[in-house]
Amino acid sequence: MNVQLSSEELDNEDIDKIIEISGANLFACYQCGKCTAGCPTSEFMDIPPHEVIRLLQFGQIEEILCKNTLWICASCITCAVRCPKGVDLSKIMEALRQIFLRKNVNYVHPNEVPNEELQTLPQIALIANFRKFTH
Amino acid sequence: MKNPEHMNRIGVFVCHCGINIASIVDIEAVTKEISKYPGVEFIKDYQYMCSEPGQMIFKEACRSGQIDGIVVASCSPTLHETTFRRASIEAGMNPYRVEIANIREQCSWVHHDEEEKATEKAIDIMKSVIERSRRNESLTEVSLQTIKKVLVIGAGISGMQVALNIANSGVETFLLDRQPSIGGRMAQLSETFPTLDCSQCILTPRMVEVGQNKNITLMTYSEVEEVSGYVGNFNVKIRRKAAYVDWDKCTGCGICYQKCPKTVPSEFEQLIGKRKAIYTPFPQAVPNKVVIDNNNCLYFKTGKCRLCEKACPLGAIDFEQKERIEEIEVGAIVVATGYDLYEKEKIEEYKMGYCEDVLDGLTFERLLSSSGPTQGKLVRPSDGTVPKEIVFIQCVGSRDPDNHLPYCSRICCMYTAKHTMLYKHRVPDGQPYVFYMDIRSGGKNYEEFVQRAIEEDNVLYIRGRVARLYREDDKVVVVGADTLSGKTIVIRADMVVLAMAMRPSGGIEELSKKLKIQVDGNGFLSEAHPKLRPVETLTQGVFVAGCAQAPKDITDTVSQAGAAASKVLELLSNEKLLHDPITSWIDEELCAGCGQCVSQCSYNAIQLDEKKRKAFINEILCQGCGACIVTCPSGAAQQKNFTIKQYYSMIESLV
Ligand SMILES: Cc1cc2nc3c(=O)[nH]c(=O)nc-3n(C[C@H](O)[C@H](O)[C@H](O)COP(=O)(O)OP(=O)(O)OC[C@H]3O[C@@H](n4cnc5c(N)ncnc54)[C@H](O)[C@@H]3O)c2cc1C
Ligand code: SF4
Ligand code: SF4
Ligand code: SF4
Repeated sequence: MNVQLSSEELDNEDIDKIIEISGANLFACYQCGKCTAGCPTSEFMDIPPHEVIRLLQFGQIEEILCKNTLWICASCITCAVRCPKGVDLSKIMEALRQIFLRKNVNYVHPNEVPNEELQTLPQIALIANFRKFTH
Repeated sequence: MKNPEHMNRIGVFVCHCGINIASIVDIEAVTKEISKYPGVEFIKDYQYMCSEPGQMIFKEACRSGQIDGIVVASCSPTLHETTFRRASIEAGMNPYRVEIANIREQCSWVHHDEEEKATEKAIDIMKSVIERSRRNESLTEVSLQTIKKVLVIGAGISGMQVALNIANSGVETFLLDRQPSIGGRMAQLSETFPTLDCSQCILTPRMVEVGQNKNITLMTYSEVEEVSGYVGNFNVKIRRKAAYVDWDKCTGCGICYQKCPKTVPSEFEQLIGKRKAIYTPFPQAVPNKVVIDNNNCLYFKTGKCRLCEKACPLGAIDFEQKERIEEIEVGAIVVATGYDLYEKEKIEEYKMGYCEDVLDGLTFERLLSSSGPTQGKLVRPSDGTVPKEIVFIQCVGSRDPDNHLPYCSRICCMYTAKHTMLYKHRVPDGQPYVFYMDIRSGGKNYEEFVQRAIEEDNVLYIRGRVARLYREDDKVVVVGADTLSGKTIVIRADMVVLAMAMRPSGGIEELSKKLKIQVDGNGFLSEAHPKLRPVETLTQGVFVAGCAQAPKDITDTVSQAGAAASKVLELLSNEKLLHDPITSWIDEELCAGCGQCVSQCSYNAIQLDEKKRKAFINEILCQGCGACIVTCPSGAAQQKNFTIKQYYSMIESLV
């Protein structure tokens, strides 16, 4: 798919929010891939952690929100510890989850989650789901 | 040349080299056998011949008058030939009577598991070297007077720096440039990485220093016409182009160009600014003298005008002036002719996008420069609007072995980062994008500089080459890929800056032929050795500096210029130049005058006397490489102390 880049595209509100929430400088990332290489859960993700940043650099936030990556992330902060450029990717992941949740789509009542799914859902997804009730 | 008298009193020294030789080769057996060999007058073995006591033994034997030729059986001649030759001089013997028989690298080391055979081989090696040695001549080094003057061709920052270093050591220097002013490309730059110093501010004082140095003679608006002679004694004919202005009278007041009615695009401004038909390239020019461009001057074209002549208060305009040839004699020449940019017209797939707003790097420099055509205001040449989306493309023409040039131009990564920064300083709300393949920022504080551009100025680096440019309304559409995300990227840009590859300056081929120096496959001047002799050429007395040798930044250019200057000073510090006498010579009786050797000699040491139909070797230039000897069909070319007779006798001693 072609990506049309322009300053408007890059400057979108959600990106600003991510920067605000995470405190990360998205441009500092030079795509070395060390975060992905060290991430214990990256093999289960639709797109690897470093690509999350790349897409954010391009302003392509929608493309990230529809992927499972942010829910698979275990917030273990391995990436943040190892990043040579001081980019805290775990905070960016959290920021992405916040943004997604605040959009309030896919509202799910915890009591209505079928039992068998409860067994397989990633923890972080469940916790995030509960968080919807708290704000 | 007479056949040398055979020496029949050979002294032989056998070195044990600790256990390196002695543990394999049976030294006692060798000594015994060789002492019986005809002509061997004296033989001695020692643990380390190269050590102080070893050399004492050696010198004593030389002084005894007992021997007239010497063979040292030891390691390779590259290690200790000089050591023993020097020792022989101290002991009053001719050094060219000393020969080395290599029984270490070529014997004990390679035959460490066959001691008997190694011993036999050592004996054979020594016998053959004794045979060669007894036919050696006593030679003396060739010496020649040097002219203590230097010519520097090209007056960019490299040439200026070479000239200053040499002149400040008290040596007279001619600094030549084909442009009316010195300064070169650096004069065109806005600010320089990695410090963002204003280029003019650091360059202009240097230019003034050059202009005022009493040991530097400026020869601008001039070109090298012909070079003859050799190291220490070059004769150079220089074409002083007609400026149509008497420079002795001109003070550069500029009244003439204010009056001149003819305006043309300025080369110094990369054609985005203007100059008159009578002009100086830029206001800080050194020397501050004007020239008339006769291709554009109305008087030269139509026979009418001469307004400048009327305006000049000093009567300096001279429409009758002719170019003239000036001859100078120098001992050394430094070539510092710099670079040009690869032409953007050669990039077919970008052409659809070309318009005034697609610029090369140097043009962008002029747009950024506070003394440039826009006084440093960053606007589009097409309509004067401020570009908000600006794309920089790196490696254009570089690193493209299939279609363009194979090499990395080495500085464009850095100046592109600089360009993005300078752009953001002028247009804070603009968005710069850089298409790159790798970011090559090896240099002190360079990586930090690039990272600063990216982090602080939010420059978006996209990893991939641009495949296509095309126009849409007043935009240039840039199509590239980002190989990091696997996406095709499309940007509608207001301005595109191409980091064009660097090439050697136009005319380098002809100049290199005149100087008899070589260019490499890409047209840059070849150094004598890429690591150990980086500023010398294979032609003695000719040196290189700056981008003429390879693309480099100002820092490296200045360092290399310093190196070239010190090499020149080293050369000229001797009253006389001494030259190894192991050179070729031509046996006139055998020479048929075919001239085949002339074309084979890389050092231009051979000339054919057309009248006599004989070849002659200039001993000063001959490096003793032997190319002529193997070429000569008549066996007329011979090398001193390496004659065919010597080789035959060596072979005979073995069979
Ligand atoms: C867009 C751009 C930006 C740059 N920015 C920077 C920067 O920020 N920092 C940095 O360190 N470097 C920068 N550089 C590199 C810098 O320009 C060079 O390192 C430097 O100018 C090389 O100097 P030079 O003397 O070797 O060559 P030049 O400056 O090219 O000088 C060569 C001189 O020789 C003359 N000449 C050529 N041929 C002949 C001939 N046949 N006869 C007589 N005279 C001749 C020319 O007229 C010229 O005056 C930049 C380069 C480019 C293209
Ligand atoms: S480790 Fe840091 S710099 Fe490297 S790709 Fe990940 S976020 Fe970017
Ligand atoms: S915090 Fe998330 S993205 Fe970072 S290493 Fe851990 S699981 Fe991977
Ligand atoms: S210096 Fe950088 S932009 Fe220039 S050719 Fe080399 S890699 Fe490409």
